[in-house]
Amino acid sequence: MGAAARFILRRRGAHGSGKGWHWTDIVTWLWLVGGLVIMFGPAIWLVFSSFKTPAALAEFPPSILPYVTQQAMVEGYEKPLQLFNAKMPDGSTRVLAEVRRIGLVSQMVDPKAPGEIVRVNINDRTPVRTISFATENYIQPFTQFDFLRYLWNSVFVTVMATLITLVVNSMAAFALSKYEFRGRGAAMLIILATLMVPLSVIMVPLYSIISSLNLFNSLWGVILPTVATPTGVFILRQYMLTIPDELIDAARMDKASEWQIYWRIVLPLTAPALAVLAIFSVVWRWNDFLWPLIVLSRRELYTLQVGLSIYSGELNVQWHFILAMTVVTMIPVVLVFIFLQRFITTGIAGTGLK
Amino acid sequence: MGEIKLTDVRKSYGAVDVLKDINLHINDGEFVVFVGPSGCGKSTLLRTIAGLEKVTGGEIEIDGKRVNEVTAADRGLAMVFQSYALYPHMSVRQNLAFGLENSNMPKPEIAERIAEAARMLEIEPYLERRPGQLSGGQRQRVAIGRAIVRRPTAFLLDEPLSNLDAELRVSTRAELAALHARIGSTMIYVTHDQVEAMTLAHRIVVMRAGRIEQVGTPLDLYNTPANRFVAGFIGAPHMNFLAGEVAEVEHGTVTLTIGTDHRLLVPLSDHRLKVGDKLTVGIRPQHITLANDPGSLTVKVRLVEALGSETVIHADLNGEKLLAVVPGQKQIAPGDEAHFSIAGAPLHLFDQNGLRIKG
Repeated sequence: MGAAARFILRRRGAHGSGKGWHWTDIVTWLWLVGGLVIMFGPAIWLVFSSFKTPAALAEFPPSILPYVTQQAMVEGYEKPLQLFNAKMPDGSTRVLAEVRRIGLVSQMVDPKAPGEIVRVNINDRTPVRTISFATENYIQPFTQFDFLRYLWNSVFVTVMATLITLVVNSMAAFALSKYEFRGRGAAMLIILATLMVPLSVIMVPLYSIISSLNLFNSLWGVILPTVATPTGVFILRQYMLTIPDELIDAARMDKASEWQIYWRIVLPLTAPALAVLAIFSVVWRWNDFLWPLIVLSRRELYTLQVGLSIYSGELNVQWHFILAMTVVTMIPVVLVFIFLQRFITTGIAGTGLK
Repeated sequence: MGEIKLTDVRKSYGAVDVLKDINLHINDGEFVVFVGPSGCGKSTLLRTIAGLEKVTGGEIEIDGKRVNEVTAADRGLAMVFQSYALYPHMSVRQNLAFGLENSNMPKPEIAERIAEAARMLEIEPYLERRPGQLSGGQRQRVAIGRAIVRRPTAFLLDEPLSNLDAELRVSTRAELAALHARIGSTMIYVTHDQVEAMTLAHRIVVMRAGRIEQVGTPLDLYNTPANRFVAGFIGAPHMNFLAGEVAEVEHGTVTLTIGTDHRLLVPLSDHRLKVGDKLTVGIRPQHITLANDPGSLTVKVRLVEALGSETVIHADLNGEKLLAVVPGQKQIAPGDEAHFSIAGAPLHLFDQNGLRIKG
């Protein structure tokens, strides 16, 4: 047993010897395994289900893996027939193709000897299934629908909104953390208070502003209302408060302008907090649905999330496409998180000081 | 040139007065040390000179020009901070270059000045390193280097040695003195350590509670402290203070009693003392000697610190603490009775307001 396995599997039971099971061991395992299933279960189900055919998706009980029922062309029949493992009265099992089902009885033929009809109770047969990935779920939206355009729109909105968010919020945070002025605390409070106002409350006034600025049906109409976030200002301000004022005094003595202090001293030292905000912003903007849906009414401007809604029509929901494209839309967010997560925990601001 | 003149400088934070009517004239090329207990306003005074704090009243002049409204960047001063305040995300070279780039200096000249400062401070091997990869002493040099490359009219140093260990502090102190001798610029140095003040300064400014208590050369302050506070602050260990009373006043001499009935004859020509006046007698521990004669002070020994070259004796004279530093090693133990002689010791007399009685 490797050291890693020993570390993970160690138990408190039998007075720390790891022999028996203490009740805390059981609770810990239940808690952690339960958490694992709750966290990853839906994601795994989503990924596997995105490879299922529409028929397999409608199956009950649902399965995790994408199964496809095996079919075979049988002489004398025009359409392919489904294959089943049928239990014979003598106890043996044969692979038979189902011709038709009448009540509880299934009429089947042996694909090798199609002349003879065998009658089998439907409870005595199980379908022959193999795992098969329906990659057309992914290929079709890219070829037949305008998915690349939606992808581009989403990328544009996310990147621009994140860049502007970082610049605008860090400027506000700089002023609120490094300048002494009357009403600084009140300004911060008011900014934080806007956290309590949900989008649905300001949707209508926001819409009239956007439309009077002629930003309706423009990607900038999606980007601009979202760039000033109280959460971002708060995260960055709290981080900037930890940057020693002496550094800023030193920069002032070094003839740095206020802009240079912000751009060359404070901003580089705020990198860890900026990374956190960047991750948040990317996730927020990428997953935005309601606001883009309101602002964008022309198809060629749709973002991915709005584009996905095309597949749920009034009468028919194309789940296999929705699931597949949901997986595609998740990929960038996961990548961003993987690449930026190391910034979250590293801080470099303190290293130049005693 | 680096002449700095402060006239009635005041600074308040709301109702709290941090600096009260500071008047000071610092000559070009002088090494001036601000010293005082923490919270006395010495750092604030330095920051007001630097331009990092605005004065509430009064006037600051540099080379004869009023600079109250001039920003920190344009006063032509350079500052070394207590925490060094090096930019952690820049290499040593970039740290040194930052201030020069901001004043639009041509690149070759920047490189030349950095090379010169690096050679002077022996920081050439780690010009490409970040501050985080340097030791405390190296960071200290970089911080000084950042000030030197600017060629400022005056250097402002805010407790620059306080983050170094004792050994490094002594050697860096000597280097600072050598640096000043070499550059010749005005330097203003803030510290709470009176040894640093004594060893480095041309003139020391002793501050307390936002006021200047005394300005003078190190030996001036040591020999003729203007008041009880300065007397207690300058010199280590601290000066002994004993309560005394005027017993007799004659022409040219005053007789005091200290302790229970120990009589002291002090030559004083010009004074306004009367019989019965209470005053404080200050004696430096180094000026007390051990004696056997009965005319000396009889004390009870509380603690003995044998340092090898000298012995520090903590003693008790009728409830008053008395400290003596005697040369060499003495056979004396706590609980013993000892005789302290103060015959011939320079005495410092302070009136009830703590002011020196001149004699």
